[in-house]
Amino acid sequence: MTEVSKSGAVVGEPTVTSSAPTAFLEVRDLKVHFPTDDGLVKSVDGLSFQLEKGKTLGIVGESGSGKSVTSLGIMGLHTAGQYGKRKARISGEIWLNGTELLSADPDEVRRLRGREMAMIFQDPLSALHPYYTIGQQIIEAYRIHHDVDKKTARRRAIEMLDRVGIPQPDKRVDNYPHEFSGGMRQRAMIAMALVNNPELLIADEPTTALDVTVQAQILDLIRDLQKEFGSAVIIITHDLGVVAELADDLLVMYAGRCVERGPAEKVFYEPRHPYTWGLLGSMPRLDREQQERLVPVKGSPPSLINVPSGCAFNPRCPYADLPKDNVTRTVRPELTEVDSKHWAACHLTKEQRERIWTEEIAPRL
Amino acid sequence: MLAYLIRRLFAAAVMLVVVVLAVFCIFFVVPKWAGVDIATSFVGKQADPAAVQAVREKLGLDDPIYSQVWEFFKGIFAGRTYAAGGDVTHCAAPCFGYSFRSEQAVWPVLTDRFPVTLQLALGAAVLWLVFGVAAGVLSALKRGSLWDRSAMVVALAGVSLPIYFTGLLSLAIFVYGLKWFNGEYVPIDESFTGWLGGMILPWVTLAFLYAAMYARITRATMLEVLGEDYIRTARAKGLREQVVIRKHAMRSTMTPILTMLGMDLGALIGGAVLTETTFSLPGLGQKVLDAIKNQDLPFILGVTLITSLAVLIANLVVDVLYAVIDPRVRLA
Repeated sequence: MTEVSKSGAVVGEPTVTSSAPTAFLEVRDLKVHFPTDDGLVKSVDGLSFQLEKGKTLGIVGESGSGKSVTSLGIMGLHTAGQYGKRKARISGEIWLNGTELLSADPDEVRRLRGREMAMIFQDPLSALHPYYTIGQQIIEAYRIHHDVDKKTARRRAIEMLDRVGIPQPDKRVDNYPHEFSGGMRQRAMIAMALVNNPELLIADEPTTALDVTVQAQILDLIRDLQKEFGSAVIIITHDLGVVAELADDLLVMYAGRCVERGPAEKVFYEPRHPYTWGLLGSMPRLDREQQERLVPVKGSPPSLINVPSGCAFNPRCPYADLPKDNVTRTVRPELTEVDSKHWAACHLTKEQRERIWTEEIAPRL
Repeated sequence: MLAYLIRRLFAAAVMLVVVVLAVFCIFFVVPKWAGVDIATSFVGKQADPAAVQAVREKLGLDDPIYSQVWEFFKGIFAGRTYAAGGDVTHCAAPCFGYSFRSEQAVWPVLTDRFPVTLQLALGAAVLWLVFGVAAGVLSALKRGSLWDRSAMVVALAGVSLPIYFTGLLSLAIFVYGLKWFNGEYVPIDESFTGWLGGMILPWVTLAFLYAAMYARITRATMLEVLGEDYIRTARAKGLREQVVIRKHAMRSTMTPILTMLGMDLGALIGGAVLTETTFSLPGLGQKVLDAIKNQDLPFILGVTLITSLAVLIANLVVDVLYAVIDPRVRLA
């Protein structure tokens, strides 16, 4: 465990010391940088958050905002498979249940992987090995962490398949992934992730590759299982609608940093960052009668090698010129508490934000 | 799985009949259309017309095509009798006829020579699979390292250098220079060590060429597989990296290698001419070269048939292995 104090750079919560945290999962000033020929790609650049058991955190952002890299960093998989490439650099602290993962022995982290923390991925077809049966893959996941014979593990696999709602699990257990439908595959993936009763489940875009009709079923399943197992869940998505109902807390990422976070209903119904407004404005809503055209966030995500100076969002922000002295282009805004447990990183004053939200943004949504 | 196997066996049998028909057409029917007389080439250019006619009758060349095809098939499976006047020759099954030049029966020569070619191909295949795949995997896992770069340079050399260069070089060094081997083919039932000593250079030379290709393919495939999502899943389960490579990545890497192996083995059995010639191995390749030079049609026919059979069997074995590795193939 590291005792080195990380000075200054910690964003958000006032914990600057490296003492063991009280939260189940606590990420402090996480940075994941990838050296490339073109320069240093700062995929995650100073991210902090906490997550308690039984709670769900939604991490929202565009492609390339660092959501997936964050989850791979927590799992210790950010450098995996980088054979012969320049290794990713990671710094900060990741505390899981009292253990700091970045300074821990890699083999110890490996043993936690799959047992204490598990992950489900975006596309269950490509995330399951095409040459092994569903059963073989779940049994393997179970036997890595449990010293049991194949028969016991197989019973456990069938039990899990049954639990995630696969009909005739004793027969389907011997099917190959290509013999399952998309939704069934994701169910099997969830069964595999939960087979060891992990306390942390990371779902990386779990519904993006699925039919719309199946998406809700999978989200319901994740919610039910979380209640049953009492685990902490991180849901990573670019779709605010996915996490709106599911998440207790929301964290909005932009260019590798957190721009807004807080309780889900606050971030969703009283967002205080222009980027979050943009995300909400570009989201189709069916619960409103009359709606104007969707408003996309102008421009495209910034290069992670040359992140814009000042606020990374300033080139795309319609309100970048409101704060005085060009401060949006020179000074990086820190996360400040705008309301109880609700944080945003923006140079706009409280009054400006509330006025823009109530007068310009909210009526449009 | 069983149904798949039966289907494949049936397809292979059909293929073989088609090959026989095609070969028959090429060697017996086409010359007829082209106005080349097989009987004349059997007897020799300045033959006396009566002898040519006798041969024609004996070989049944004046019979309708369907009856010739029938006789040919019958010869292979039940033997046939060549009769012209009082001259009766019985050729027991499997009968592939007699050489136009030496009047030797074709079949005993084939059975004599085929094992040599098969030994050469299979022995070399084992070598190139083991070393090529191992080198490729190591290169992939140590991409960009000194090992990777030197292995790939050696592989490039292996792919580029022709057999008669590496073969003659190895003969010069190990047989004539160091005198480690005597450079002669000795049948295995005569002397095992002698056989091994005679085969080792041809094996290594041939395997060098193929190992180089296999190393490059293995490296590229392995690197691609390591980027797959299911490899990330395997790691996320908490598997040791070693197991991830061995159990999850290797299995996927093997499929394109097997496909190549099927084709290469088949091609090699039919045409390891250069290696056999360089090392004076009494295999099929040398014989078929002679047969082509001498327009010795029965031999060409026999060699073609037996090599087609070998190619079919090699591909059948590979296809079955492929189905064992990749469950999705079993449905196809």
